Amino acid sequence: MPTYVNPDKCDGCKALDKPACAYICPNDLMVLDLAQGKAFNQEPDQCWECYACVKTCPQSAIAMRGYADVVPLGASLTPLRGTESIMWTVQFRDQRIKRFKYPIRSTAWGSIEPFEGAPEPDATSLTDPHLCAEAAWLGVDKLPVPSGRM
Amino acid sequence: MNQPEVEVVETDLLILGGGMAGCGAAFEAGYWGKAHGLRTTIVEKAAVERSGAVAMGLSAINCYMGMRWGENQPEDFVRYVRQDLMGLCREDLVYDIARHVDSSVHMFEKWGLPIFKTEDGHYKREGRWQIMIHGESFKPIVAEAAKKAIGPENVYERIFVSDLLKDPTTGHISGAIGFSVREHKVYVFKARAVISSAGGATGVFRPHAVGEGLGRIWYAPWNTGSAYSLMIKAGATMTQMEHRLVVTRFKDGYGPVGMWFLLFKGKVRNAYGELYEDTQVKALDDFPPYGQTRPIPTPLRNHQMLLDRAQGKGPHYMRTDDALQALTQGLDPKAIRAVESDAWEDFLDMTMSQALLWASNNIDPAVQPSELTLTEPYLMGSHSAATGAWVSGPEDLAPEGYFWGYNRMTTVPGLFAAGDGVGASAHKFSSGSYTEGRLAAKAAIAFIADHPDRPGVDGEAVNQLVEALFRPYRVFEENQGSSTKPDINPNYFYPKQGLLRLQKLMDEYVAGLGANYITNEPTLLRGLELLDSLKQDMAKVAARDRHELLRCWELWDRIRCAEAHTRHMLYRKETRWPGYYYRGDYPRLDDQNWKVFVNSRYRAETGEWDMETQPHHSIVA
Repeated sequence: MPTYVNPDKCDGCKALDKPACAYICPNDLMVLDLAQGKAFNQEPDQCWECYACVKTCPQSAIAMRGYADVVPLGASLTPLRGTESIMWTVQFRDQRIKRFKYPIRSTAWGSIEPFEGAPEPDATSLTDPHLCAEAAWLGVDKLPVPSGRM
Repeated sequence: MNQPEVEVVETDLLILGGGMAGCGAAFEAGYWGKAHGLRTTIVEKAAVERSGAVAMGLSAINCYMGMRWGENQPEDFVRYVRQDLMGLCREDLVYDIARHVDSSVHMFEKWGLPIFKTEDGHYKREGRWQIMIHGESFKPIVAEAAKKAIGPENVYERIFVSDLLKDPTTGHISGAIGFSVREHKVYVFKARAVISSAGGATGVFRPHAVGEGLGRIWYAPWNTGSAYSLMIKAGATMTQMEHRLVVTRFKDGYGPVGMWFLLFKGKVRNAYGELYEDTQVKALDDFPPYGQTRPIPTPLRNHQMLLDRAQGKGPHYMRTDDALQALTQGLDPKAIRAVESDAWEDFLDMTMSQALLWASNNIDPAVQPSELTLTEPYLMGSHSAATGAWVSGPEDLAPEGYFWGYNRMTTVPGLFAAGDGVGASAHKFSSGSYTEGRLAAKAAIAFIADHPDRPGVDGEAVNQLVEALFRPYRVFEENQGSSTKPDINPNYFYPKQGLLRLQKLMDEYVAGLGANYITNEPTLLRGLELLDSLKQDMAKVAARDRHELLRCWELWDRIRCAEAHTRHMLYRKETRWPGYYYRGDYPRLDDQNWKVFVNSRYRAETGEWDMETQPHHSIVA
């Protein structure tokens, strides 16, 4: 089910160095029409409807239309993604509306320190089976081996 | 056509594919590489923040032991995976993931992934191995950690890697070559070890929808089988390439069923209200001993549904209505609302299309059931499927014959695999693939430390590859004048046209859904003939722009996967996984002769495939 771009909202991400949808699309689908200065989906039948572009568009200009060979028209599914949560608005074909809100992250974006608290890597441990800081992270005292083996 | 710019990147460890396995590899390599002053580089054809199969998000982590709460031990997991794969898995590899995976999940939580909790503070279980997450941002969180671990300057995005490079003298892996999807440029990565952590293969078989819905399949359409294709071309030994995944999913949106089955205790009834697990219970007796053991393996459950359908009892429905009504009976409105919210989140975190389908068809799952169907086949090593490279196990677990120096190293020195890329080791899912990336990375750093001399890159081979990479442009330029309509030209075809040709032949001859997953030797041989002519015609595949050039090379990946799959199916003379595919000429499972791994090796020099079997060894009773 492919994305489509609302021409009244899309500004081609003029303020950015590249359009946000073209940067994020995992399947190389969203591109800028240079003549019109607006984005479009260049290969709709390869769209997974992953919503990556819809969520990231700074103008909320991208929406999803169910794929034409199956899906009845008239419904919509619209996300509003913040830093801590996402809100989904489901509008049914018969105009009923449902809203759902879910957390997406419990820490600040950019706050990860991957090796915080990990011991300095010891070159002599390269051939043992323990992974980075596993003594702290595994949650059990000893890395298991099958019974009957040492 | 202008000559492309060529950029050479010298690194120590090269990671191909920035999905879950690649991000795990980057994290672990960043840590161990530091001790040796080594550089790790990751190459991704999209943006790591939203790439791979988890790009869309996930609603559950399907591989978590919970050892700290005594919930499961790695032995339990090995027995489960072995049963689900009808007896055949590399138990050393499966055990290795199980004993490490909890540490990865605990880090995800610390980094900010919200995980459902029970009142006593344990992770909330959806099933024995599954925990529930609010996973909309699972991939961006994991990507953030990976980029920081190796340094953002070592992350190369929007580059499609087409081939691995090998030292012409020693045969050691020495890097990879690819092209930019954004500018007219070639990248040559010179490395001392490489991890193939790219994706499994979708789009090899014709899916249910072939119009605009061609890409709205179950597994990510950008997973085009690079993990396998790269290793096959480099001469790595592959295993279980005859295996595949066919799963029950909500019809047309491919929404997940796990939560409905496991948490909501949903039942699947046929159109006449019967449970197919009851109507087809006798069919399990045809596949001993796995049919008599519980849980029923995924392919056997498919087999039961197929039989029910063949007896005219479809469609089959997930009775979401019965399940939700039972769950909410007697609850106050706030509690009912919470159940409804969980039910919708399962789709909204990871298969939004299915929620849109509910809305488009005015389906309220609390009132109406939803139709289920079986998918087309996928080739992957991370779900209930086990295609991939034949790799060394860990030294302390691997039985004799399964260890050759470095954990997760393929049979090509210096080439490692992880995630979908490793065969005979299923049920890794997101967390296990990440963990396997970590295991491969630590071993790859050890390999680099043991091999101080940088392997050589054959300059002439690189020149030939550069020449070949852009041939589809020339095919178009030189032949576009042969027709008044660009789409119909006797001298070229577009990659989309080639993709549809591949999908049709695989569907019809190699047991796709249109063939009811049935084939036999003559049919497979005809499939190989058709694949051969497609391979020859690929000299005429044309590209009008960079996007189409990407599609040309993705099509090549899929074709190589298709050929490996077909040759392996031809070699295994039994029906080991009914419900995944049937050899009509060998309809029984044959443990006496075929409880073995089927391995293959492609010889690029001659185009021939060497086939052999390897014994299955247990490490868990």
